[in-house]
Amino acid sequence: MSKPTDLTIAEARDLLGRRALSARELTEAHLGAIERLSSLNAFITLTAERALADAARADDRFARGEARPLEGIPLGIKDLFCTEGVRTTAASRILDGFTPPYESTVTRKLWEAGAVCLGKTNLDEFAMGSSNTTSAFGHVVNPWRRRGDNRDLVPGGSSGGSAAAVAARLCLGATATDTGGSIRQPAAFTGTVGIKPTYGRCSRWGIIAFASSLDQAGPIARTVRDAAILLRVMSGFDPKDSTSADVPVPDFEAAVGRSVKGLKIGVPQEYRLSGMSAEIISLWERGAAWLREAGAEIREISLPHTKYALPCYYIIAPAEASSNLARYDGVRFGMRVDPGGDLDDLYAATRAAGFGAEVRRRILIGTYVLSAGYYDAYYLKAQKVRALIARDFDRAWEEVDAILTPATPTSAFAIGEKQDDPVTMYLNDVFTVTANLAGLPGISVPAGLDEGGLPLGLQVIGRPFDEETVFAVAGAIERAAGFDALPAVRA
Amino acid sequence: MGFIIEGRSGPWEIVCGLEVHAQVISKSKLFSGAATAFGAAPNTQVSFVDAAFPGMLPVLNRECVAQAVRTGLGLNAQINLWSRFDRKNYFYADLPAGYQISQYQYPIVGRGEITIALADGTTRRIGIARLHLEQDAGKSLHDQHPTKSYIDLNRAGVALMEIVSEPDIRSPEEAGAYLTKLRQILRYLGTCDGNMEEGSLRADVNVSVRRPGEGYRTRCEVKNVNSIRFVMQAVEAEARRQVEVWESGGEVAQETRLFDPARGVTRPMRTKEHAHDYRYFPDPDLLPLELDAEWVEELRRTLPELPDAKAERFQRDYQLSAYDARVLVAERATADYFEAVARGRDPKLAANWVMGDLFATLNRTGKTIETSPVSAEALGRLLDLIADETISGRIAKQVFEEMVETGADPAAIVEAKGLRQVKDTGAIEAAVAEVLSANAEKVAEYKAGKDKLFGFFVGQVMKAMGGKGNPALVNEILRRALG
Amino acid sequence: MSLDPETVRRIADLARIAVAEDEVARLQGELNSILAWIEQLNEVATEGVEPLAGAVRMRLRLRDDVVTEGDQHEAILANAPDRADNAMGSFFAVPKVVE
Ligand SMILES: [Mg+2]
Ligand SMILES: [Zn+2]
Repeated sequence: MSKPTDLTIAEARDLLGRRALSARELTEAHLGAIERLSSLNAFITLTAERALADAARADDRFARGEARPLEGIPLGIKDLFCTEGVRTTAASRILDGFTPPYESTVTRKLWEAGAVCLGKTNLDEFAMGSSNTTSAFGHVVNPWRRRGDNRDLVPGGSSGGSAAAVAARLCLGATATDTGGSIRQPAAFTGTVGIKPTYGRCSRWGIIAFASSLDQAGPIARTVRDAAILLRVMSGFDPKDSTSADVPVPDFEAAVGRSVKGLKIGVPQEYRLSGMSAEIISLWERGAAWLREAGAEIREISLPHTKYALPCYYIIAPAEASSNLARYDGVRFGMRVDPGGDLDDLYAATRAAGFGAEVRRRILIGTYVLSAGYYDAYYLKAQKVRALIARDFDRAWEEVDAILTPATPTSAFAIGEKQDDPVTMYLNDVFTVTANLAGLPGISVPAGLDEGGLPLGLQVIGRPFDEETVFAVAGAIERAAGFDALPAVRA
Repeated sequence: MGFIIEGRSGPWEIVCGLEVHAQVISKSKLFSGAATAFGAAPNTQVSFVDAAFPGMLPVLNRECVAQAVRTGLGLNAQINLWSRFDRKNYFYADLPAGYQISQYQYPIVGRGEITIALADGTTRRIGIARLHLEQDAGKSLHDQHPTKSYIDLNRAGVALMEIVSEPDIRSPEEAGAYLTKLRQILRYLGTCDGNMEEGSLRADVNVSVRRPGEGYRTRCEVKNVNSIRFVMQAVEAEARRQVEVWESGGEVAQETRLFDPARGVTRPMRTKEHAHDYRYFPDPDLLPLELDAEWVEELRRTLPELPDAKAERFQRDYQLSAYDARVLVAERATADYFEAVARGRDPKLAANWVMGDLFATLNRTGKTIETSPVSAEALGRLLDLIADETISGRIAKQVFEEMVETGADPAAIVEAKGLRQVKDTGAIEAAVAEVLSANAEKVAEYKAGKDKLFGFFVGQVMKAMGGKGNPALVNEILRRALG
Repeated sequence: MSLDPETVRRIADLARIAVAEDEVARLQGELNSILAWIEQLNEVATEGVEPLAGAVRMRLRLRDDVVTEGDQHEAILANAPDRADNAMGSFFAVPKVVE
């Protein structure tokens, strides 16, 4: 038997079910790995005691034959999900000392399915970033190393802690959230699988908001099947979220092995950016070839407004964030800095000290684009462009069943690189952000390595609420790619 | 002509519009399941949504939407089947999220109108510009600590209807009549209890002045005036202040002011000046609010009869004067009481009793129609005793006093006290004979032509009979005896 | 459009984020470079396009009017940086606000 930390969720589920492995052993193996590899800084808060108690309960259940779908599976939880009684930080100083008296719907579903909570994973502050370097708790280190280069690489962001933890085998899977690519980009950077489902598939209740019209939860795991197993539990209608969709949750796992024969797969010409590396282009072409060989039909399609998705996003997301983050004011929870003046001075001092540079920057941009005299030029314009982007996809769905693109324009970069200019950093999300604007499901699957030996991912985008096709296509890519490279640092 | 302020340099006209915040009657808040009851201990009716905790999301209350639609229908306003919630962003101590969820660009109710009646007997129509749903803020208490304000979020998130009038109001009296009428309609509809002391109804008063016939000048907003009397005083005080500013060569600055009832003046609010820029945008936690036309029709069908229609019906069905009808419909409970008394009886008699003895009793005892010591049914039975001549109207007043005091049934009181009317002609003839013989002089005067003395004889006979003589028989027998 | 230092101060004030004088120039530069990049949206023809606020294509659901929350003031106040208790009950406390 392989090491417990090397198991997939599907394998662990099988071994646990046959009582060939105990939840306690599995949990202890992961807690040990987290401790040994603490230099990755993947976790902000460890809940070791809770994890062992969860595992004991799971073993009890197995003994009684009452195992639930994720019984005994150790998970990491992005520290953007509120967890009752467990400190929740959003990787920000401003939430200093905050312990939610409630549990997010998604994590509640995971615990009700028997999962074990290992702890809260690191992220970019308030999920704003693509490198996990904006965390108030320090950056996360990507367990992968570029060949012949010993510099620490970023794991991507904002769900960098979740992605790094899954890649380094510190947990079997992790929750994540994706507002512009924050699940798929770090998954691509760490050789893991990450899916952002359709907007409305997972409840946003209890997840600290960044940009409400774009935020979606999803899992990061090591295989497409594992991602499907987790997403099924995380999904479902929640009356407490007005944007939650009241639609049935299919058995995503069953879709993973489904044949892609006869599916029409679109390849959007506009994703071929000028200056894009030859490796990315050839990976993309290889992906198309794999799917053609598996019986799918590849079609060139056009998504003409793709180029404008990123600037559109950088109006909408900061605008919503500037409002969503107004509640961090030092009055009801979190940090307070009282400079001894009036309440406005308290607000301004608290927010200046509590928010990091990137968060402050985005709040200011968001405040500006919504302000009187600029609303039409920026925010309203962006909403109209958003409508055009959504329409591009609507038209594409008349022709194809899924869309194949690269997940990111590059592989992981070194910590400190791309840091001089915010816009350069923003370009990381150029391929992923369209799915957020249009509310579509998108998955990132590891498909190969670049010259430096770093993982690269392919993205599959699907119709609204058609995650099944997305999983089927991703499963086909996974099988064809046979990606078995391992990160330099792992348990 | 209307209300005019005579300035040193000539006449000025008032231009006034009211923005009324009416607390919606609902069990739970607009976007959360916390209770709305008044007077609870601080912070005991607060959900994590109301306190804007991280990750909390709003879910809209159907009843609050229904109440807004009912109110719109009651104001003869356009119901917008598509409306939207926007965020109004600003920082304030008792605004937990840093934004208020409100309806800015697309309110649920559009144009409507209210007809007001003025003291001179005329009526005027005041336009309603819009009605929208929004969240109330919490409450800051400034008197609990020397250097701190204390925050109670019980009210945070309670549903409000903001009802905005057109600037059609031209006098303090019209402002008072508008608010009175609006309050009456809300109470009839059961969409707001109209309690101004508890803050269920608050008015922001927009006032400007102008020379008759000219366009609008700069207006000032007098915030949160909490009684109808104060609204009237605030309109006048603010208008006179502005006239003074213009006439002394100054310029009225657009600003927010507060009314000081003790001094009868308005003063500017002392808030630190921040740029006012609410950065409205559609709330991304919610979707547009789309209503079914059939649902709106259903609400229309189940709307109660409103005061104007009721007053008209009272005049028509009960032959009441316009004045009596208006008094009786002022409160729905009074109108219902009156109808319960009047149904199947003499409506004029019922109206006189309700507006006379009953109102006087309520006034004297500090009770309301809802807590009246005499129920409509009991008063009705009393009127029945008059109608079937068991007692006279005069005895009825005595019985009514007894009913107020003891709550006993009128018939029982009549029996116990032996107040039944005497219709035995023999007994009446005897009493008449006695009175005439005891007043020989007056009988002579009467016979000499002093007709007015007839009333005196009636009084004496009644007195002799302890008030119980049947008035018609007493009259008839007296007239015969006096030949 | 590009931001001047006064506008940087104004939006920082609107956002209630204290900005030191020596930060204004740097922020101005950063924000302007982001805005300059964003303004490529002006190339897109959007006449007659209905703005899209979100990707959800369904109707807003409405909740029944029932009270689902009881008194939980301890939980509401548990994270408060400054909490005040007196005979009336429990409050959040802030520096005195003058109206
Ligand atoms: Mg207003
Ligand atoms: Zn309002």
